[in-house]
Amino acid sequence: MTEAQKIAHLHRRAGFGLNIRESANGQVKEHVDKILGANKTYNALFLPGEEKVTTGELLSMDKKERKEILQDLAANIKRLNLEWIKEMGKAEGQLREKMALFWHGHFAVRVRGYSQVEQYINTIRKYALANFGELLMAVSKEPAMLKFLNNQQNRKNSPNENFAREVMELFTLGRGNYTENDIKESARAFTGWNFNDEDEFELRTNQHDYGVKTVFGKTGNWTGEDVIKMILERKETALFVTRKIYKFLVNENIDEQRVTKLANLFYEAKYDIPTLLREIFQSDWFYEEKNVGSLIKSPIELIVGLNRTFGISYSNSQPLLAVQRVLGQTLFFPPNVAGWAGGRNWIDNSTLLTRLSLPKKLADADQLDYVVKNNMDDENPNESAKPNPKFRLECNMNWELFSKKFENTPEDQQWQALQQHLLASKNPLKLPEALSIRLKGKALQERIKLMSIYITRTPEYQLA
Amino acid sequence: MKRRDFLKLSGLTGSTLLVPGFLKAFEGQLAKFTGKRLVIVQLSGGNDGLNTLIPFTNDTYYKLRPKLGITQDKTLKINDLAGFNPAMDGFRRLYDDGLMSIFNAVGYPNPDRSHFRSMDIWHTASNSDEYLNTGWLGRLLDANCPGSENAWHALEVDDTLSLAMKGQFKSGFAVKDPQRLKQITSDPFLAEIEKNGSASEATGELSFLYKTLAQTTSSAAYIAEKASIKTNSSVYPQHELGNSLKQIASLIAAGMESGIYYTSISGFDTHVRQQESQNRLLGVVSDSIYAFTKDLREANALNDTLVIVFSEFGRRVKQNASNGTDHGTANNLYVIGGGLKKAGMQNNLVSLTDLDNGDLKHTLDFRKVYATLLNKGIGFGHEQVLGRNFELMDFI
Repeated sequence: MTEAQKIAHLHRRAGFGLNIRESANGQVKEHVDKILGANKTYNALFLPGEEKVTTGELLSMDKKERKEILQDLAANIKRLNLEWIKEMGKAEGQLREKMALFWHGHFAVRVRGYSQVEQYINTIRKYALANFGELLMAVSKEPAMLKFLNNQQNRKNSPNENFAREVMELFTLGRGNYTENDIKESARAFTGWNFNDEDEFELRTNQHDYGVKTVFGKTGNWTGEDVIKMILERKETALFVTRKIYKFLVNENIDEQRVTKLANLFYEAKYDIPTLLREIFQSDWFYEEKNVGSLIKSPIELIVGLNRTFGISYSNSQPLLAVQRVLGQTLFFPPNVAGWAGGRNWIDNSTLLTRLSLPKKLADADQLDYVVKNNMDDENPNESAKPNPKFRLECNMNWELFSKKFENTPEDQQWQALQQHLLASKNPLKLPEALSIRLKGKALQERIKLMSIYITRTPEYQLA
Repeated sequence: MKRRDFLKLSGLTGSTLLVPGFLKAFEGQLAKFTGKRLVIVQLSGGNDGLNTLIPFTNDTYYKLRPKLGITQDKTLKINDLAGFNPAMDGFRRLYDDGLMSIFNAVGYPNPDRSHFRSMDIWHTASNSDEYLNTGWLGRLLDANCPGSENAWHALEVDDTLSLAMKGQFKSGFAVKDPQRLKQITSDPFLAEIEKNGSASEATGELSFLYKTLAQTTSSAAYIAEKASIKTNSSVYPQHELGNSLKQIASLIAAGMESGIYYTSISGFDTHVRQQESQNRLLGVVSDSIYAFTKDLREANALNDTLVIVFSEFGRRVKQNASNGTDHGTANNLYVIGGGLKKAGMQNNLVSLTDLDNGDLKHTLDFRKVYATLLNKGIGFGHEQVLGRNFELMDFI
């Protein structure tokens, strides 16, 4: 593999692929440094011009006003979804967004309150490249999380174990590494974990069980914070989380020895996320052939990848919500607390055909012609699946800038060069006869456009 | 993943490895169609079971539903205790003809009142604290059709595929309009991709993608051909569900070798002014299914087909302040077909007084019905599909 191909691989995995303004020049090492360095800064995601409405304010409204506001807020979650997609398309700082997408699937919640969603995703984004322990603690105290996993009902004398169970089963230790008793006792430690009307975390002392609990064989007056610390002390947590990151960034097929080594490093580094990521991105094995083009892009990776590669600007990006739904991944609406299954689960006959048609729809700024099952709004699944004029994509692909990349490439090498630029897969495509006839006599920009649309509509392009 | 590993995981071993080219690798291994079919009709949104099958002798029902309760004289009585919603004459006739089994108080332990979560549970047949990413029918494909490349063995009449139909290695096939899909997949572009792509050398995920694409185009052609053979004689309601069932009836009549059909109708989330919208929808369900059974009988297929009608949850017993009902728990479920061993009521009506916080308590786990449908309905062991053993029922 050439250095440029390695760099392109790195950007596909550590982000969503090179942006139209970025190039694969230089050395891998420089790019790793740049990627990790560029992510030092964090800016909150928000909707410009929207004022925050807290739970307290909602409760003080009369019914009619509350209903209207709630409808606006439901629409806001969708707007925030598109804001995040936009953020992912920006040139810099992609590792943060990529890992935030990972953590969003890991700490999957699905709630209706807009401000809680905004707060939750910003906590995820803020700590995405910090320390796993801090991330775990912060996200565990998010109203969205406490609400989604019923911890508001977790009270002294009537514990609700949902949150305690998922923390261990899905967020940290994984099945088989804790007992039912550990869950029962930890649930007691999390009693009273709640939030106030301002959506701030709050320990309701009158609901908290201050008694003695035994967790992982240790007995004490444990608080929720203590339990989280004890979970982090266990090496199984490092292994569980590392394994999942490996599957997301490297390969769905686990190399057990390698993952154990990485998990040890992660544990020794006190769960410092960048240390783990640097080790992965700097290793030779990361660039081995079997790890390149081995992942099926998630719908978000596919959409954002196209946006970045072709510098797509939208005057109406609303239809991207429908695309997400048809393809099976809508930001802020994971299927359940276990997140998106990923991998081959993304693919069936209907999603595959949609994927293969998407680049052309974008290039033609076309109407989406499929109807969408409405299962996204829990409050209103009746808003039934009718074709909607809103589904008209209004966007521009920047062919002028994109084709400049190939202005010095001789015509007979452009097909090859484009594949190298666009595909992770090493299996080269043959230039179809019909396309080659269409290319005759066309100027550079049109040639590049026709070939690019073809290449991005192949099964090969579904791989990262 | 190496190709060898993939084949192993797919349950394919031995001689298929010697056949060159992945597209050829699976030929001649079609799963045997048993001749039995399940047709699943999903009522999305949480259908109010108490206004579907009305317990008209129960005072509690009228007390808790002063405005919403359907009076005795309006119900279509099927016995001394219960009658159908006035819009459901088709269901009453099916019941009277011995073509329907009714299951009361169906649900699962620790019910979830969220639409999407409860629907997930019905689709995956999981416990309520368990998260599976494969559906029960998808796992049926995994377990029992390992060599088959025909995704249409399980067909969903819709643009997108439901979780119920997704397996680990195999999934069902979604098609709303066979001729339109045929048109899409006949786009010369797809043939070009298959011809000029790297399918023949592909391994791992890429091979999987090409395989799915090949299946999609061949299945689309097959389904479109079958769909054009027969037109049925029944008159269906002008509604999506009517169209879907009409489509399925014509495919069955044309001899399509598919064991699973899936379709759904939405609109049952009746928090506000329930009566009007629910009656209309139930009329569509009842008339569509009645027309469907007529077509099946004509095609000599009624005895080999079971129609299952379910919803993700029922609604609370007490009506709310907007003349509607809120999300509840247990519900009734219907199985319709010609081959029922025991038609009619399968168990007692749900109790309206023994409530859990205002919600109905389930007495029958829906997975017992699934298990029975799998074992006795289409002849596949259910343990592999449902992950554990359930006691079988005797309605088929």
